[in-house]
Amino acid sequence: METPILSTDTVVDRHLDPFSLHVGSTGGRPQTFWLQTSPEFAMKRLLAAGAEAIYQVSRVFRQEEQGSLHNPEFTLVEWYRTGDDFFAGMQLTSDLCEMLLGRGPAELLSYAEAFQHYVSLDPHTASLETLIAAARQCDSPPPESMAKGDRDGWLDWLLTERVQVHLGLERPVLLYDFPASQAALAQIRPGEPPLAERFELYVSGWELANGYHELLDAGELRRRNALANILRRSDGKAVLPEESRLLAAMERGLPPAVGCALGFDRLVMLAAGAKSIDEVIAFPWDRA
Amino acid sequence: MGSINTSDFKKGLKVQLDGDPYLMVECNFVKPGKGQALYKCRLKHLIRGTTIDRTWKSGDSIESADVEEISAQYLYRQGDKFVFMDNESYEQYELTADQVGDTWKYVKESMVCGMVLYNGNPITVTPPNHVVLKIEYCEPGARGNTANNVTKPCKVETGAEFQCPVFVNIGDLIKIDTRTGEYLERAKE
Repeated sequence: METPILSTDTVVDRHLDPFSLHVGSTGGRPQTFWLQTSPEFAMKRLLAAGAEAIYQVSRVFRQEEQGSLHNPEFTLVEWYRTGDDFFAGMQLTSDLCEMLLGRGPAELLSYAEAFQHYVSLDPHTASLETLIAAARQCDSPPPESMAKGDRDGWLDWLLTERVQVHLGLERPVLLYDFPASQAALAQIRPGEPPLAERFELYVSGWELANGYHELLDAGELRRRNALANILRRSDGKAVLPEESRLLAAMERGLPPAVGCALGFDRLVMLAAGAKSIDEVIAFPWDRA
Repeated sequence: MGSINTSDFKKGLKVQLDGDPYLMVECNFVKPGKGQALYKCRLKHLIRGTTIDRTWKSGDSIESADVEEISAQYLYRQGDKFVFMDNESYEQYELTADQVGDTWKYVKESMVCGMVLYNGNPITVTPPNHVVLKIEYCEPGARGNTANNVTKPCKVETGAEFQCPVFVNIGDLIKIDTRTGEYLERAKE
């Protein structure tokens, strides 16, 4: 598949900043287009139109993401298959990973198990005070500006500092069942606690892929978009358009599916033994 | 001074934290899957030389430090003060022995050094990488020379002592690497 790189739709996420392009046609109303942060909206519209198993290799763009594992312009491999449940979707990712890396099938590790094992706490029930105390025990100090009530911020800090570095050192690891507050575009499975059917693939301590048992409910996506914009505003960021062609397609009906996006540049880094993404991009951001 | 947003963070920035000047020696961007982008930095205290680790959230900003690098000529020593002069403004600066550190071993009159000013005041002074100094005293010739003893202490015009090969003599000019304090060669000047 090939879907537009510039679109009037964009993913509304608290921590994703798309580049925008303002197109002022002669005489007409200027319109805002967005460089896609991932092709997921367009690919899901294809699922709604009847596609069953699709993939795409595309350039995507995310403002400010520049570091040893990030370049603001990078390559994503993204795929969807309808009819898969959460575990079938993870199996497909594991199969692909096994074929590509030859390091065996992925080991399944739930978010809760990972935190129990590496941080000795339950990420779903631990109090804020417990999370903050654990964050302060890390080798590097957490940001002073981290809001005390930012539960996901503290969990992310612990994941980055104390969990992620251990994941996928021998066999790849599929981390799954994230807190519902970190669902992004994944379905939430009811229960105690409710959990987001989202997974991340880790290899050598790097996050290589992210997948969802896709959210199908347009009303729920509207609520999440609105919440993401409230948080963006409180972070001092511009709000993003909450209405999209994807929402219209979801209202007509999106078939159950699992989708996953894999960072191609990081895969190349693993194959080449590179330490920095700059080594696998001919003209990285500073010289683009 | 102005403030610097995380999006402008890079190695080499001079910033002010808790009232002290720091040099950003490392800056790593990290971002958990769908989470908050962070900048994990290592900073070196510009006076004490100690390093600390700090992390900032994307969107945070910090104060830049009023730090300026100038060329300054060494004029003279007065008691435990070392007097330098800015080569462009002719302004004179007095530095304490503490501020000068090991640099006293290498500086002689009119030598041009690098100086760092913080809020207009000198905080460090660095000699050129190589300096030529005259030997004022050493034991003659190769006395006491054995296979295990191929250097001897030589006192130079600054009052400092360096280990030199046994063949150098009083009055010789020697070239010293100021980063290691090691003898390099005899010099003609």
